[in-house]
Amino acid sequence: MSKYLVNLKINNMPVSVEEGTTILEAARKLNFRIPTLCNHPDLTVAGNCRVCVVEVKGSRLLAAACATPVSEGMEVFTNSEKVRVSRKHIVELLLSEHNADCTKCFKNGRCELQDLASEYRIGDHVFLDLVKPESKILDISSPSIVKDDSKCIRCQRCVRTCTELQGVSALGVVNKGDHQRISTFFNKPLHEVVCTNCGQCINRCPTGALTERNYIEEVWNAIYNPSKFVVVQTAPATRIALGEDLGIAVGERVTGKMVAALKKLGFSKVLDTDFTADLTIMEEGTELLTRLKKALVDKDESVVLPMMTSCSPGWIKFQEHMYPELLDNLSTCKSPQQMFGAVAKTYYADKINIKAQDMVVVSIMPCVAKKFECERPEMRDSGYQDVDYVLTTRELAMMIKQAGIDFDKLEDEHYDSILGESTGAAVIFGATGGVMEAALRTAYEIVTGREVPFTNLNIKPVRGMEGIKEASVKIKGVKPEWDFLEGVELNVAIAHGLANARALMEKVRTGEASYHFIEIMGCPGGCLGGGGQPIPTSPEIRKKRAEAIYAEDSEMIIRKSHENPEVAEIYQQFLGEPLGHKSHDLLHTHYKPRKRY
Amino acid sequence: MLTTEALVKELVEKNGRSRNSLMPILQGIVQKEHYLSEEALLSVAKELDLSAADVYGTASFYTFLDTVPRGKNIIRVCKTITCHMKGKDEVINALSNALKIKVGETTHDKKFTLLTANCLGWCHKGPVMLVNDEVYPDLTPQKALEIIEEYGKEAK
Repeated sequence: MSKYLVNLKINNMPVSVEEGTTILEAARKLNFRIPTLCNHPDLTVAGNCRVCVVEVKGSRLLAAACATPVSEGMEVFTNSEKVRVSRKHIVELLLSEHNADCTKCFKNGRCELQDLASEYRIGDHVFLDLVKPESKILDISSPSIVKDDSKCIRCQRCVRTCTELQGVSALGVVNKGDHQRISTFFNKPLHEVVCTNCGQCINRCPTGALTERNYIEEVWNAIYNPSKFVVVQTAPATRIALGEDLGIAVGERVTGKMVAALKKLGFSKVLDTDFTADLTIMEEGTELLTRLKKALVDKDESVVLPMMTSCSPGWIKFQEHMYPELLDNLSTCKSPQQMFGAVAKTYYADKINIKAQDMVVVSIMPCVAKKFECERPEMRDSGYQDVDYVLTTRELAMMIKQAGIDFDKLEDEHYDSILGESTGAAVIFGATGGVMEAALRTAYEIVTGREVPFTNLNIKPVRGMEGIKEASVKIKGVKPEWDFLEGVELNVAIAHGLANARALMEKVRTGEASYHFIEIMGCPGGCLGGGGQPIPTSPEIRKKRAEAIYAEDSEMIIRKSHENPEVAEIYQQFLGEPLGHKSHDLLHTHYKPRKRY
Repeated sequence: MLTTEALVKELVEKNGRSRNSLMPILQGIVQKEHYLSEEALLSVAKELDLSAADVYGTASFYTFLDTVPRGKNIIRVCKTITCHMKGKDEVINALSNALKIKVGETTHDKKFTLLTANCLGWCHKGPVMLVNDEVYPDLTPQKALEIIEEYGKEAK
């Protein structure tokens, strides 16, 4: 359907835009920036913060540019006297209810409200300070997310994120009028409700009301402690986004610089979660093939299909709350982060002759749910807490700045060995569809002895930002031991963002679709859009990060997990075989149902 | 008496499972139980397949949908300016002394809860109070006490 063009003038400049365009979007086309707070490119329009007000000729009231569609002949002024005075008052009013103790705020320097206050040079207290005692509620119950109501401006970006993108609705709006708060069921602490710790709310909070629980000081203390051997692992998606917080363009890969910076920070060894991503593929790929055999050949009814990936801790907790009846579908594989911790404090500690109790494992993750994951009681198979501290990509950027490192000028360095070698299959774990692609590259080859039938190993149907993706791979020419898979059409599905995951789970639950294997990532775009990644985020930013991930993959010398020489070595020297006894003890786990309501 | 879960089921049968049914269901619970307990809201969320936070958000928005336990009879004295000028404080003090509770509290025998309310639209006949759904205009402290006494008898 073609849309009508609407002609209007903004600040006396004519512009033609499609019918239905908002004033805000039309102004952007003319490069007039109208400030916004409650507006976000990933979310529906709310129009509640009012900082985007503009004057429309002939209208007595100012209009919210984000929520007002253009009309023919409209004349808009984005910076008239009335607009400027009103907008400044609106910011002043927002500040009157905001705990503006900026110097002590974790978001200091990266707060949208602070930026606006600075832009409008808000000086005097025009309005009384109205931060109510009842709003001074600080929720530090979650190991992942800190919620400070005194900084909340009730723009509801978090509520829309939790509902629209994640389909969780742990956060809602409670009470009304001047008592309105963003809160949970009966104002319970975050760790008691259905919050999955995905942290998408943090990525979209314009102020310091929602931030990650930070462990920067703890990690510095470990580094400075001479009796501790501090190893750091970096998740696939950190290397394509860290630069954004350090003055480098979106989509630029900084793998080598990140490694160099981590060495400069004083970590004893800089290792790679990508190594255990490859290990995950070995375990999970084997698990899938074993399940297929048990289900299709042995007709073992205790084995359920589709098998679902288990790398994303936000997704895991979502499933525990929302679909406890489908927990048996989850792969028993721990996430790469946790496999790393378990292997580091056993195999690796032995190899380098360090006692596990003297080792501190730090993870750099694009994720805040990983902070929760590492504290799960199931994640202590080494005899100690397998991963001690999880830092987000953002926290690492802060440490690099604190250390006075000129990141842009760093020379590329390589990961230490062992547990530093990885493949292209591992790095694509950071994008939606990546685990599926990596698993297919390996599983297909195990079964047929040949590479997956896609040009340059790029399994395009599982890539891209569509919410739910489906693909089928026909298995042909199998090795004799896999003859039951000859001619089988392997049906797979991929979802990212928990609202999409929920839609896919409904299909599975009702039997509407039958798949063999499903990949779910809790965050939009997969880990590259994770709750611990640099802020801001938008569909365009995530697209650029995805391009960077696939570029990184295509440049890797080894691009299939089973060809990782360090993975072969760990099986040979330590684990034995995938799904073997040792793997079972260290690399696999179980899940527990949690309350949905 | 019905259990909360059974009550919710009955109300859901009567009003349906759509989002629009939420309000009549919540009102139905308040009518029977005088307030919305955690248990009640959780069963509503489950029956209507809504998030619990969402249901709580709706409940907490409305003054007449209480989420803390209330007595059998809820007294709401208008606190807005006209009733204030016409002596609502004296009415409240009289009720408070007689019932031995402060505003916001419930009597030990769970017969009465004393609350204030925003304008009830009876400014011409203030001060005014609401007992459950009944309006009592032109109050004096004495009149208020007599009214409450009648409710006290009924509530035995």
